[in-house]
Amino acid sequence: MTHATVKKIVLPLLGVIAVLSLWTVLSQTVATDLPSPARTWRESRRYVLEPFFKDGEMNQGIGRLAFYSLVRVGKGFALALLLGTPVGFLLGLSRAFHQSFDPIVQFLRPISPLAWLPLGLVIFQKSEPAAIFTIALCAMWPTVINTAVGVRSISQDYLNVGRVLRLSRWKMLTKIVVPASLPYVFTGYRLSLGLAWLVIVAAEMLTGTPGVGGFLWQEYNSLVYSHIILSVVTIGVIGFLLDRLMGVVERRVRVA
Amino acid sequence: MAYLEVLGLRKAYATARGRTEVLGGVDLAVDEGEFVAVVGYSGSGKTTLVSLVAGLIAPDAGEIVLDGAPVTGPGPERGIVFQQYSLLPWLSVHDNVALAVDAVNPGRPARERRRLTEELIALVNLTPAAGKRPAQLSGGMRQRVAVARGLAMQPKVLLMDEPFSALDALTRASCQDHLLRIWGERRTTVILITNDVDEAILLADRIYPMTPGPGAVLGPAIEVGLPRPRARRHLSLEPAYQKARQAIVDFLRANRRVA
Repeated sequence: MTHATVKKIVLPLLGVIAVLSLWTVLSQTVATDLPSPARTWRESRRYVLEPFFKDGEMNQGIGRLAFYSLVRVGKGFALALLLGTPVGFLLGLSRAFHQSFDPIVQFLRPISPLAWLPLGLVIFQKSEPAAIFTIALCAMWPTVINTAVGVRSISQDYLNVGRVLRLSRWKMLTKIVVPASLPYVFTGYRLSLGLAWLVIVAAEMLTGTPGVGGFLWQEYNSLVYSHIILSVVTIGVIGFLLDRLMGVVERRVRVA
Repeated sequence: MAYLEVLGLRKAYATARGRTEVLGGVDLAVDEGEFVAVVGYSGSGKTTLVSLVAGLIAPDAGEIVLDGAPVTGPGPERGIVFQQYSLLPWLSVHDNVALAVDAVNPGRPARERRRLTEELIALVNLTPAAGKRPAQLSGGMRQRVAVARGLAMQPKVLLMDEPFSALDALTRASCQDHLLRIWGERRTTVILITNDVDEAILLADRIYPMTPGPGAVLGPAIEVGLPRPRARRHLSLEPAYQKARQAIVDFLRANRRVA
């Protein structure tokens, strides 16, 4: 066994085994209501092995539930980028805009999704648009802030090239400002996607819409605790994959 | 009045310990089609002088007049080859040059602008690399792209701020030879800023030595009496070469900063 395989496979595997053991011990000693790993797997098997079955609104394979959540996150994330990117560029480009709106950005940023959701329900009267509204509002801030920072940290050398060439505002934006800040913008997108995924669970729990979060809450109310763990693991796995995916995109932009 | 006239140029910067005067009244005159070099120690204010002539920063006092018009801001008629090249890393060699060609020829048809761009890339011998990004090029190749972009601005005067200082000695020599050939073909008015006395003599018609700052000024210009076209070989054995070199070194020594 080479040193590299030990590092890449054996050590992470050891970590997983350690956590599973701790979980088993806890479920048999302190927290007896917590299903053990073996029981969780027994009761969740069908959801994982037939991920796309549908027996009812809330009783569906985990693949189907994850798909609903992903579609919802996709919409909210898209809206966050659509709103956040131009706001970020304006904050970075215009001193006046920055002075007018930066305090508001700083004030809105720490507000929890739990606070936005009721407001969304009041405005839209329906849970679906309210959930998307909440995701967008919570997820847009890293995009806003990273874009603004990216614009402000463009090397003066590049801007001087544009000044010497007397580029029009439009050309300055498309040829210099946007490409130069793109790596920052995509870091913002990656962080925003992570937040959007974080918010989806809360949004679904509160609105009771079908999805991983909604399923989790319903199974809690039905006392099927093993399915809570199934949902938690699913949320973790998908979140990890999304981050990896955006990481690949981000690296591509950085090389370019 | 000369083609480019710089009169009593002063510039000071605010620092933690008060104001530091970088340039203390610089005078400079360049004729049309002339190749002038400014030679001085590192940190004496040469880049400040270039930035002022380029119009990227404003002087505290003094004026710059090019072809009868005072300089008030940056513009392509004072094309610049930056010290760190400042090529846009997200654009190919072709697109970096095309950006300048398109900016100064907005009225011309696209095909003609494309031809101009390709011509300039060929002039610096980079046609095979036209599709590459700056990061894929060697230092010497990047430097040549920067020269092509500077020329693409069709400048009345081309400002070169220590254009070869980031290169190793061999690449540096080959880039100087390139520049010598290109200047022979184009006869663009050039101000070359350098800390290399031999580079200045090889390339320039006239050389202004610069006193070390603070409050740097230019000494009297030294004529380089070498005939053109010049070739690097045996040049340093010419009496005119040695005379110019001695004059510059004497001036720089006499005005050395007292440490």
